[in-house]
Amino acid sequence: MERNLHRQLANMKKSLFDQGYLDHEQFTQLEELQDEANPNFVEEVVTLYYRDSARLIQNIEQALEKNPLDFAKLDNYMHQFKGSSCSIGARKLKNECTQFIEYCKTGNGEGCKRTFQQLKKEYSSLKKKLEHYFQFARQVGPLEKACRPK
Amino acid sequence: MTSKSILNLGQKFSVLIVDDDKIIRRIHKVLLNKFGCQSHAVENGKEAVDLYVSGKHFDLILMDKEMPVMDGPKATQELRAMGVNNMIVGVTSRGLDSEKQAFTEAGLDYCVQKPLTSETITSLLQELAKKY
Repeated sequence: MERNLHRQLANMKKSLFDQGYLDHEQFTQLEELQDEANPNFVEEVVTLYYRDSARLIQNIEQALEKNPLDFAKLDNYMHQFKGSSCSIGARKLKNECTQFIEYCKTGNGEGCKRTFQQLKKEYSSLKKKLEHYFQFARQVGPLEKACRPK
Repeated sequence: MTSKSILNLGQKFSVLIVDDDKIIRRIHKVLLNKFGCQSHAVENGKEAVDLYVSGKHFDLILMDKEMPVMDGPKATQELRAMGVNNMIVGVTSRGLDSEKQAFTEAGLDYCVQKPLTSETITSLLQELAKKY
């Protein structure tokens, strides 16, 4: 029974990789950093990311309301957001950030605004999926418990 | 993941993480700990320079490029001007060779992409081990 739950959890994770939400290499590396000293490291880092990046999202939103747009400032904010997003393996978000930065370089304000709307959707969508994943992971427990003979 | 047992370095290296992103600081700290390194983290280049001015020393500095107060290139220049000759590795998410080149010319030993991977850490620590 427990092994089935672990299989379900693994399939959830595989789905996040296959749908392009998460980068396999980066997310796996974060998981490999989990140990007895840091048992919930991935969830901790993801929680920190969403808490910290909310401020950046707000800054970008406010900057996009200015007229004329300050593309240097927007580039700077998005660059920070991209760095954080890459660190948790958020692949789709990283791609949206890259697109936004390209639009900043060409001074395409409409492109920036359009991309930012898409980025916010991806940001919320990933948050829900990861919350669901971590909630299930906490219920399932560590793999060694499932494999331990009774 | 390559671990300290495979590296077989036999010594603890001290590493200073200089980055304004607290997520990067957390990840790099835990990653370096897996390799048996003692790490300390600061939020900008000025804090890094102040540590050295106070007499602290590290075997390796991982220096972010863009930070408030004092950025990576400026902090690297100041540290080299002070006579700091330990390994300084620039860490940036900027991908263009021209951007990395400009940062390297400030006095870096290497410039790598962030986030760091265990393979990158392995290479850097192996380079560091050659010096000792």
